[in-house]
This record gives sequence, structure tokens and C-alpha cells, in this order.
Amino acid sequence: MTTPDYRLSQLETLEAESIHVIREVVAELERPVLLFSGGKDSIVMLELARKAFAPARIPFPVMHVDTGLNFPEVLEFRDKRVAELGVQLVVASVPDAIAAGTVKEEPNGSRNRIQTPVLLDAVEEHGFTALFGGARRDEDKARAKERMFSFRDEFGQWDPKNQRPEIWDLYNGRIHLGESIRVFPLSNWTELDIWQYIAREQIAIPPLYLAQERDVVERQGMLYAVNEFITPREGEQVRRESVRYRTVGDANLTAAVPSEARTVEEVIAEIAVTRMTERGATRGDDKVSDAAMEDRKKEGYF
Amino acid sequence: MTAPHPDPAVDLHSRAAEQAAEIAAARKDILRIATAGSVDDGKSTLIGRLLYDSKAVFEDQYEAVERASAGGDYVNLALLTDGLRAEREQGITIDVAYRYFATPRRTFILADTPGHVQYTRNMVTGASTADLAIVLVDARKGMVEQSRRHAFLASLLRVPHLVVAVNKMDLVDWSEATFEAIRDEFSAFAAKLDVPDLTVVPISALHGDNVVRRSEHTPWYDGPSLLHHLEHVHVASDRNLVDVRFPVQFVIRPQSDAHHDYRGYAGTVASGVLRTGDEVQVLPSGLTTTIAGIDGPRGPVEEAFAPMAVTVRLADDLDVSRGDMICRPANAPHVTQDLDALVCWMTDEPLRPRQRLAVKHTTRTVRGMVKELQYRLDVNSLHRDQEAGELGLNDIGRVKLRTTQPLFVDDYARNRVTGRFILVDEATNATVGAGMLVPGS
Repeated sequence: MTTPDYRLSQLETLEAESIHVIREVVAELERPVLLFSGGKDSIVMLELARKAFAPARIPFPVMHVDTGLNFPEVLEFRDKRVAELGVQLVVASVPDAIAAGTVKEEPNGSRNRIQTPVLLDAVEEHGFTALFGGARRDEDKARAKERMFSFRDEFGQWDPKNQRPEIWDLYNGRIHLGESIRVFPLSNWTELDIWQYIAREQIAIPPLYLAQERDVVERQGMLYAVNEFITPREGEQVRRESVRYRTVGDANLTAAVPSEARTVEEVIAEIAVTRMTERGATRGDDKVSDAAMEDRKKEGYF
Repeated sequence: MTAPHPDPAVDLHSRAAEQAAEIAAARKDILRIATAGSVDDGKSTLIGRLLYDSKAVFEDQYEAVERASAGGDYVNLALLTDGLRAEREQGITIDVAYRYFATPRRTFILADTPGHVQYTRNMVTGASTADLAIVLVDARKGMVEQSRRHAFLASLLRVPHLVVAVNKMDLVDWSEATFEAIRDEFSAFAAKLDVPDLTVVPISALHGDNVVRRSEHTPWYDGPSLLHHLEHVHVASDRNLVDVRFPVQFVIRPQSDAHHDYRGYAGTVASGVLRTGDEVQVLPSGLTTTIAGIDGPRGPVEEAFAPMAVTVRLADDLDVSRGDMICRPANAPHVTQDLDALVCWMTDEPLRPRQRLAVKHTTRTVRGMVKELQYRLDVNSLHRDQEAGELGLNDIGRVKLRTTQPLFVDDYARNRVTGRFILVDEATNATVGAGMLVPGS
């Protein structure tokens, strides 16, 4: 969109930056793949990839690290979107890896940590050299220091003390065999930017992101909707409440927030006044310690 | 101890929600800021103050900081910018951290660059994309070596706007004379650096004076608060809208039935304004044609300008590939294999004459050789050491390079996009240098 003073709005600037990054990866790296979970950030990233190469198809596959603990609505959305775009979907399955004995289920039932080796094995199997992730720098302090092009050694590890300087928009995607680059085209987007872009571009999202009446239980101050992975424990009261999801992770760990926001516009209004960060409000796994994300990223987590 | 309860749903019909929605939906632009200074200058406190007072800090972060600073007189806002565990353990700041905040007028991306360790490398990374740099000075100490260095690097990277925040004014009893002495000294230094726009603000980051609102402690100061300046600084004229430069990034050929003959050149506009129907020249072939159409993210657009990412269709079927440059026939960049540049060196292994490196310039990567190191620049005194035989880590020097293939370049002073390049070590793949082209001698 053209403006008389030749200035782009913040959304147009972010969009242009992300498209530039996505194109640069395809031009410089041999086998890229886009991590697509069906969550809002990866939906926006996939939409930007579509725009980057239109009217041609997206020239790389998408991959879902399937923990086996998905919200069914999200899986349904994933398959529909992939079919619409005509892109190839690679599924890296955690349940398959557990069955094959390559990873072991953790006692607390969280598959957050064990999805990393499953991801790395899939990357090796398919020979992927660049992995697009939808992480944003405003999410977490470990993410705040992440590069757009984040170099990883052959174990997928992040070395925060030895990152490549990233100057201007001249990205360095050079790697040796076995190494890879994690690419974060949404680095400079905030949660609010993502939602405003969804509204502006009328991007379809899974219905979980909008409020509806659900049966919920309260655990440690967070609301969990009763589903196939969450059943009320002894002493827990099930109540009916209008809730929505701010993030969509594993269905056994992701909490919902009380909300009346039934449209994208109402979600934007809600976020604009909300005084809790996204991860703090909804992810049980990040509460473990102050440096939880930093540790997982060093091990190759996204 | 009672268990925490979930926050109640936001009342979407409250006045606060309606106002917030309105502010969120307003069309804004982005200002990219780089901050420089050491921990002692109160940089983290200032950033914490900007984030907190502009409501970019969320409650759970604030509560964590309140707990961590228990016992002190103030909530330690500096902890809001606290980083990785590795940093806390060593008491240092590693690398550039990016922060985000917004006001009803603008959104801000702030590159927070540490002052001590790897200062050149970090400052160059942070300032390379900045519209504005903030240099912090401790009012009690005045201008120190580091202040000069930061101002120099900002000017070297041609950050268009420089702000000197004279902090800790409360500790010098809000002395106008102290402020003026620092302002005058800095202005004199900046004049030597060719800083186009310098603003000096007396602040107390700890108490918030002149950060978001004008302070009653500085009746003698008639300038804006820091945030007011950030919101209103005029950046529209910073860009080059004259010289059309469009580096071809990727060729789009759908090869589908619906778009059988489509052939588009995808890229990001470096400078100038491209319009449908314009006569253009493609380098290196030198062939001319016209722009048949421009496709933006939402379909065809009549014109494109920096930093739009678009796809350009040409009227004639020319052989164009990644690394080529589209410009206007009467206004082309220099086509050259000889580069004269100021280079910031960013690795332990020094830069020496005859060294071979990869040169990445716009979307074109070629090999190059260091022909000559003309001088090394002392960042503090601006003295040019012509006897220097090499550039060490964090050194800056004037270098002549010869490339295997021609590049399409402009002076960095005229064009920040086509005047820059990075140097990559082909053995380690590390990014080892950043170069800014200067007129040849």
C-alpha cells in the first residue's frame, strides 16, 4: 500500500522484513523447512512464505513435530491449510519415537523436552539445512538475544556467547555439512503485531484462539479445559466458563485464559490491556525455573 | 499461602479496553533505536524506565523484579533488562538484546548493546539498522572515552539521529552549568564527526525525570523529554528516494498452468522509487527495458520504495538472476572490482594484506582479496595510524579490496544499502568484518 510520504506502517515494515528473510534463506540454503504447528505464529509465518513466492508455490516443505498431545482442532486446521497451499507436510512423531525406543516418556507427562531429539532426528533424516521457526524476541529473555539467522552445530545446539554478528540485513547462511541454521522471520514481531496482522489480512486461525464456553478445572491458578488429555482430579471442581487460548501447545499442558473475546478484533482489544505475558499466563512448562527457556534452547529446542 | 487465581476476563466494553484497542489499531511507524553505554551509566535503568513507563512491561515480569530487588528503596528497573543466566553468573552482558515498546504514535525496536565486552562488534550490530542512537553519559563523570567511541561508531554507521542522554542529573543537583559543559563538549566532538542531528537531554533514569515527562527539576531546559523526542523525531527524510536500486534476490517462475509465462524478480527495494512503466537498466548486462508491473504482498502496486519486498516484472525477456541490480539508465551505481572501505574487524585472527575473504554485498557474494591496509583508526583520538600492519578484533581501518567479480556500489554516505558489505571467512564461515564504502583515493 502506498502512502504519500513513502513511509510503511509498522505491520508493512515487519512484513517486508520477514519476506526478505524468507527469500534470502531459499536463495542461499539448500533444503529449508518451515516448522508448522497450526499455532498463530506459524500460521502467520506460513502466510508470509506464501506471499514471498506468489504466484509460485512455497518452494519448501513444512514440518510438524507431533507430540501426540495435540488439540484436535489444531491438527484439523494444519491439514486443511497444508492442502490449500499444496505444500508437502513432514510429520516428526514423538509417539513413534517413544514406540521405537529412541526417546523415553518423562515422568511428568511433558513431551516438551523429548521433542527436541525427535526434531533433530527428522532434520538429519531429511537433510534439512535451514529450519524456519515462528519464535519472537518479545516472548522470553533468551529469545531477546536470538539472531534472525541462528547458527546451530551438528547437535542443533545454540551457543549464546558465540553468535555470528548480524549486521544490516546481510545474513550469513554459510554452514558446514551437518550444521544448520534456525531462521526466525518473526523476530521483531510482538504478540499484538501478530494479531493485528491476522485481522488486517483476514488470516484463518483455529477456533481455540477465540473465546467460547468450556468445562474447566483450576490448577495452580490456571484454568485447564477438560479434554481427552485433561480429566478432573479428585477434589477439583469442574465449572463452565468463557475461555480462550493465547498459545496453543500440548493439550495436556496448555491453559486457557478467562475471556469474552469472540472475534479477532476483540482479542486485539483484550491483549492491548492485558497485563500478563503470554508464556507466563499459559505455559506450565516455563514456570519450572527462571532460565527454563535458555536451557532448552541450548539443547536444540526451538 | 493461598493459591493464585486466574485473572478475570477483560471487560471489553470498559473505557480502558476501548482506548487500548484504538491505540493498538492506529497506524504507526517503526523507529529503530540503538542504545550504548555501560552498566554504570544507568543504561539498563533507562531502558527499564522506558519499557515500564510506556507499559511494555507486563505484571509478572514486574513482580519478579520486585521480588529480586526487595530491600532496596526503589524497584530496580535495570533488572527488567536482565538477560541470560550465563550473563548473571559472570556479571557481564553478552551480545545485543532487542526490546519492544510502543506508544500511540510509534512502535520502537530497541537494540540494547553492551558497553564493555566486544563493544565494537555489538555496537555495530545494534547500530547497523538504527534510525537513532542514544549514548548515555553519567553527569558526574562527563564525556569519557567510551562516550566518544559510541558517538564515533554511530556516526561511522551513519545513524541519522544521535541523542546524548546526560543521566544521573539528580546526583549533580540538577546543575545547569554541568549539563551545559557536557553538551558543549559533546557538540564540539560531534561537529568533527559529521553527525547530522544531535539532541542532548538532561535526565534521571532512576526517578524518571525528562524520560517520559518533562521534569520540574530542570526549569532551565526547554527541550523535549526523551520519549517525546523519540516519538516525534522526523525520519522521513533519512531515506534515499532518488537513486533507484533494486538488488535481485530471487527469480520467481511458477511454471504452473495458471501462470505459465510469469517471470518475476523478487527483492527488497534498496533506495529510490520504482514505478510501473519506468525505463530501467539491469546490471551487469547493461540491457534496458521497462517495468511491466510490480507485485506487492497484496497484489499489484503502482510504485515501490524502500524497504518494500516486492516482485518486479520486466517488459522484455532478459537473462536476470540473483545478484543482478535493477536501476535507472541515467542513474546507475558504480560497477567496480575495487573497493575502498572503512572496515570493522570482528574476529581474533587479524585482517592482513593478501588475505582472501568472501564479500557479501546486497544479494551478491563474490571472493575478494585485501590489497592494502591504508590505516588503522584510533576510535578515541580519531588518529590514523598508517604504520599498522593488521586490524585486530574490534579495530577499524581503511582497507582496499579487489573482488573477483564486479559489484554495483554507491558510497555509504549516499546509500546505506548499496554502500555496505560483510566479510566472511570461507574456512570457518564466520562473519568477520563489516565494511562501509568511501570515495576512492
